[in-house]
Amino acid sequence: MNRFWDDSLSGFWSAWIIVITLGSIAFAFWILYANRKTDKVPDADGNVETTGHAADEIEEYDNPLPRWWFQLYVATIVFSLGYLLLYPGLGNFTGLLGWTQEGQWEEEVARAEERFTPIFAQYQEIPIPELAQDEEAMLVADRIYQNNCAVCHGANAQGGYGFPNLTNDDWLYGGEPEQIMTSLVRGRNGLMPSFQTLGANNIENVTQYVLSLSDLEHEAERAEQGAAVYASVCAACHAPDGTGNTALGAPNLTNDIWLYQMPGQSVADSVRQTLRNGRNGHMPAQEAYIGAERVHLVAAYVYSLRFRD
Amino acid sequence: MKHEIVEKNVGLLAVLILVAISFGGLAEIVPLFFQKQTTEPVEGLRPLSALELEGRDIYRREGCVGCHSQMIRPFRAETERYGHYSVAGEFIYEHNFLWGSKRTGPDLARVGGRYSDDWHRAHMYNPRDVVPGSIMPAYPWLFERTLDGRDTPRKMQALRTLGVPYTDEDIENATREVRGQQEITALVAYLQQLGTVLEGTR
Repeated sequence: MNRFWDDSLSGFWSAWIIVITLGSIAFAFWILYANRKTDKVPDADGNVETTGHAADEIEEYDNPLPRWWFQLYVATIVFSLGYLLLYPGLGNFTGLLGWTQEGQWEEEVARAEERFTPIFAQYQEIPIPELAQDEEAMLVADRIYQNNCAVCHGANAQGGYGFPNLTNDDWLYGGEPEQIMTSLVRGRNGLMPSFQTLGANNIENVTQYVLSLSDLEHEAERAEQGAAVYASVCAACHAPDGTGNTALGAPNLTNDIWLYQMPGQSVADSVRQTLRNGRNGHMPAQEAYIGAERVHLVAAYVYSLRFRD
Repeated sequence: MKHEIVEKNVGLLAVLILVAISFGGLAEIVPLFFQKQTTEPVEGLRPLSALELEGRDIYRREGCVGCHSQMIRPFRAETERYGHYSVAGEFIYEHNFLWGSKRTGPDLARVGGRYSDDWHRAHMYNPRDVVPGSIMPAYPWLFERTLDGRDTPRKMQALRTLGVPYTDEDIENATREVRGQQEITALVAYLQQLGTVLEGTR
């Protein structure tokens, strides 16, 4: 019995399996011996007893199986009995070796742990900023990043539509080691609500104001009107000056970096869409998938990206 | 035993052949119907919601099972990549099984929660947008088609006759839950629950 299920059988079904299995083997053995033939000895005239089958006056001999063939058959029977003795096969009998699929997996994992744990443990003790400078560690971390993170953030970590760029100075949730660790260990859930209720006119005004924050082309009059709406509705998360709030993951609106700008879309359209429909950015927690030691390495990797050209 | 008796009576030969080949099944398959390991759900297993069920049918319709398996074998190479190996109790409510037998793409048995909904949508719309080297086909029509939920209650009823514990309430609300939803929403809902019943994938 292991942690997920009771894999034992009731006495009846255990006996059922044992009887059928051993019965079949005994039956096969009996057939083999019951039909065993011996070489026919020629009589005084040199005639040999045949099966009596004849075609074109050629008669079929009644000779036994070749010896090696017969012995091969016996060997399979011996093998099956040996196998059933050593490995689980006969109902609830677990076999003398105590082998299980899970046991084999656990051994395999334990062997790997033994080999890799010291390596990761050694990195685990180095603080992230320092580890980020360790070239060898970053080679290991690159592998982990490419296998687990690159699907969303891209092979070069520059992100994409809806997936943050990790190579610039703009951090939704902060770029300090602890903040990166939190993002990786616990995941992040960024929620921008829909502001459809403001009405089309206000949405347009706020859009123009948001454009003005990054010094982009905008309609000054609308932006002015939008500023008031921004102050009452948006400032709580995105801060009065539009620089955002890393505690909430509210993006900085003043640096002309737009996470949700689709390829080919204007910034204005992207902002309008965000205001109308809201956004829900989700970073899945990684610790359960890659384990604490690897998370530490990946955090250092993400931290190291800022030192790249 | 006389060979001749068996060889010259086709009826007897047929019976003995049937006996010989059914013994394997009798010993290997029949006892599984009475073993807790294969008949009891793992703790926390719940039947698919109406939306997830529709998503599952889209998964079947689009032939995802042809390229993606849903069965993690107990080898370290697999558990490192995909998470905890699959156990029989996770599939108690599955009719039919979507284990698959070919991995052109990765195994999906524990894909639930691994990526965000947005990622799945982007990926299904055009896999190359998020995975540059991917050879997976795009499924843009899932974004255009919506579900009407007309058959959902009947599907759930059929599953209930097979032992899936849907309540009357589940079945009553099924159409309402599903109607008007994009197909991609249903598919993502299905994918996001895959394999999540076993906590601690390592």
